[in-house]
Amino acid sequence: MQYTFIILVENKPGVLNRVSSLFRRRNFNIESLAVGRTDNSEVSCMTIVADCANDLDAHKIEANLYKLVNVIDVQDVTHQPAVTRDLALIKVRATPEQRAQVNNLADIFRARIVDVAADSVIVEATGTEEKIEGMVELLRPIGILEMVRTGQIAMTRGEHSGIRRTPGANGNGWHEEEFVVEA
Amino acid sequence: MKLSGAEILWECLTREGVDVVFGYPGGANMPIYDAMLSSSVHHVLVRHEQGAAHMADGYARASGKVGVAMATSGPGATNLVTGIATAMMDSSPVVFITGQVHSRLIGGDAFQEIDVTGITLPITKHNYLVTRADEVAEVVREAFYIARSGRPGPVLIDICKNAQIEKTEFIYPEKVKLPGYKPHSHAPKADLQRAVELIEKAERPVILCGHGIIMSGAEEVLHHFAVKTNTPVTSTLLGLGAFPASHPLSLGLMGMHGEAHCNLAIQKADLLLAFGMRFDDRVTGTLNTYAPGAKKIQIEIDPSELHKNVPVDVPLLGNLKTVLTDLIPMVDEYEHEEWLKEIGEWQTYGEALSIMDWPDDGKLYVSHIIHDLWTATGGDAIVTTDVGQHQMWTAQYYFLEKPNRWITSGGAGTMGFGLPSAIGAWFAHKEDEIWTVAGDGGFQMTAAELSTAVQENANVKIAIMNNNFLGMVRQWQEFFFEKRYSAVNITSPDFVKLAEAHGVPARCVTRSDEVQEAIEWARNTSGPVVLEFKVEKEETVYPMVPSGAALDQMLRRPMREMV
Repeated sequence: MQYTFIILVENKPGVLNRVSSLFRRRNFNIESLAVGRTDNSEVSCMTIVADCANDLDAHKIEANLYKLVNVIDVQDVTHQPAVTRDLALIKVRATPEQRAQVNNLADIFRARIVDVAADSVIVEATGTEEKIEGMVELLRPIGILEMVRTGQIAMTRGEHSGIRRTPGANGNGWHEEEFVVEA
Repeated sequence: MKLSGAEILWECLTREGVDVVFGYPGGANMPIYDAMLSSSVHHVLVRHEQGAAHMADGYARASGKVGVAMATSGPGATNLVTGIATAMMDSSPVVFITGQVHSRLIGGDAFQEIDVTGITLPITKHNYLVTRADEVAEVVREAFYIARSGRPGPVLIDICKNAQIEKTEFIYPEKVKLPGYKPHSHAPKADLQRAVELIEKAERPVILCGHGIIMSGAEEVLHHFAVKTNTPVTSTLLGLGAFPASHPLSLGLMGMHGEAHCNLAIQKADLLLAFGMRFDDRVTGTLNTYAPGAKKIQIEIDPSELHKNVPVDVPLLGNLKTVLTDLIPMVDEYEHEEWLKEIGEWQTYGEALSIMDWPDDGKLYVSHIIHDLWTATGGDAIVTTDVGQHQMWTAQYYFLEKPNRWITSGGAGTMGFGLPSAIGAWFAHKEDEIWTVAGDGGFQMTAAELSTAVQENANVKIAIMNNNFLGMVRQWQEFFFEKRYSAVNITSPDFVKLAEAHGVPARCVTRSDEVQEAIEWARNTSGPVVLEFKVEKEETVYPMVPSGAALDQMLRRPMREMV
C-alpha cells in the first residue's frame, strides 16, 4: 500500500541525495517525490509516497529518516485528514475542430488549457492523483502526445497532524532555541 | 585574527582534545600538513590509509574518545573506505578528514578528484564537503559532537584545498546548531512501567548485553540491575567486557560461535532484556525460530534498530545508561533459582566437551594459546583481533573483566583490523599491555603497518596464528561445501624473518610446551614483538550455529575418544 510522508529537512546542498540514497539502501521504493521551499528559507519540505507493506514499514522509514542529521521532522499522513495535490501538464493532439471537445473535458475536471498550437494544446490539471488519472483516461483516446507530473504534495487539514511513531522526535516546525545544544 | 582554514582546523582539533592523528599526506591536503608543523598534535604516519582508519578506530574504542584519521583526496580517501565502514558498523566515533581538490575544479575530473562525500554517504553517520575557510570551525565542532553523541559513529569532513589555504577571521563556535539532531535521553515513564510488568512476571529472563552498554558507560548500572534482579547475562561479541566474565551471573558469548548454554538460555527464556544490542543475524540464528517463548524488552538509542529484525514487546528509546538508571528503582529483587540451576546444568555439559580439558598432545591449538595468554597477562591486557577463527577463539577464551579492552571488528568483520587497531589502542593506553591476535591471512592484509609500529616504537605484541589456511572459510567449506577446499590454502612469508626485516624481534613457536615461555619473552621485550604460532591446520571453532539454523541447533564439539 502507498504511504505518504511529509518530511521537513534543512535547506542544504545534498540533502535530497541523502534522503533518496537512504530509501535505496534500506530497500524502500519511492513512488513519488516532490521537494520545495517552505515559508522558512532554512527549511525545505519533501512529500514522499512510498510502498509499505504495513505500519511497521512506515515506522522503519520514519526511524531511518531520523538517522539523517539534516532531517527535522517526519509525519506519516496516510491515514490522516490531509489535502494532497498533484500537478500535470498534458499535451493533447487537437485539431482546431477538436479543441472544443478538449476544452469541455478540461472544464469538467477544473483543468485549463494553457497553450494552444496548430495541432495540439497543453492542459494543466491540479488535483488528487485519482482525479488526474481519471482525466488522463478520457484524454487518451483523443491522443496524448506528452505528459509530465510533479508528484504528490500534501498538507494536513486544520489542527490535524500526521502520525509520528518515534517518541520524543523533534516535533513539527522550526523552534531554533530548542535545538541549540551544548557540544 | 585571520587564520588559514588549515590553521583553524588544527586549532579546532586541539580544542576538541585531540592529541594524536593517524594519516598520510598528499597533494590535496598539503596545506593541512604544513600547518600541522605549528601544532602540538602528534601525527602518526601510516603505511596505507586503511591502517590510519583502523588505528583511529582502535584509539577511539580503547580511549572512549573520538579518533581522528587523515588522508588526501582521491585514492587516499578511497583507501579509508574499509575503515570507515568498519567504524560505522560498530558505532565507533571517528572523525575522518580528507583533502579535496580546489572547489572551482570540483566536478571536472581533476587530478585525484573523487566524489568522497558521495562514496562515504552510506557508511558515515554524517559527512561534510567544506568549500570555504570560514566553514571549517563550525563543521569540525559539529563533526565531533555528532561522532560522539547519540549512537556514535564516523563523520567525514572533505576539505577543498582552497578552503585550507584561504585566510578568514577565526571565530570559535561555542555551540552547535543542529535542528534535526537531538539524541534521545530518557524513555517515557509509561514504557518503563510496561517493562517493569514484564520483568515482574518473568521466570526465565536473560540479559543480552551489547556494545551499547560500553558506549554509554553503563557497566556499573548493568551490574546493579543484573544483581538486583538475579538475571543471567549473555553478551554479544562487542558487548564482551561490559559485564565481568568471572561473575556468577555471567554466561558468556551468545550467537553463532557462542557458548551452547547461552544460546539454549536465550531459546528457552520467557523474557529477553536486550540492552544496547541490535539482534544481528550472527546472534539470532534464523529469525522465525528465535526465542519463541520470550517477551522482548529492548533499550536502544537508535529508533531504526527497534523492530528491525526482531519485533519487541516494549521498546525503550533512549540512552541506555539513563534508561537503565531510571528502571532500577522500579524493579524488585528476584531469585530465579530454578532457572539459574537449569542453565548451570547446560554449562556443566558444555564444559565436558571443552577443548580446554584435552590432554596435552604436543600440538598447538589456538584456544590453548589464548588460554595461556590470558593466564600470563592476568586477563588484563588490551586485546585486539583480526577476523576469523582466531577471533572467535579469543572471544571464547580471553575472559574479560573490564570494558574497552576488547577491540574487534564485529559488524563489518574486517580482516586486517588487528594490527592497526592495536597500534591505535597503544596511543590511548601506552602504560598498558597490548596484544593483537591475528591469523596468517588477515595479518598479511595490513602487515605493512609493522613499519608504523617500529617508527612509533609502539609497545604492541603480535601473535600470529598460522595454520596455512584461511581458517574460517575452510571451516565453512568443510561443513557446507563437502570439504571442497577452494582458495583457502595460503602461503605466508617466514613471519620471523619478515619481522626481523622490520627490526622487530620475533619467534616461531611449534610446540605446546614452548608457548608460555614465548609469551613471557614477548612480554619482557620492549617495543613491538612478533610471535608466530604454527597451529593445527584443520581445527574447528565449536559450537557453531550453521547459517539458516535455529540458535539452539548448534554443531557441538564431538566427545573426544579416550586415548
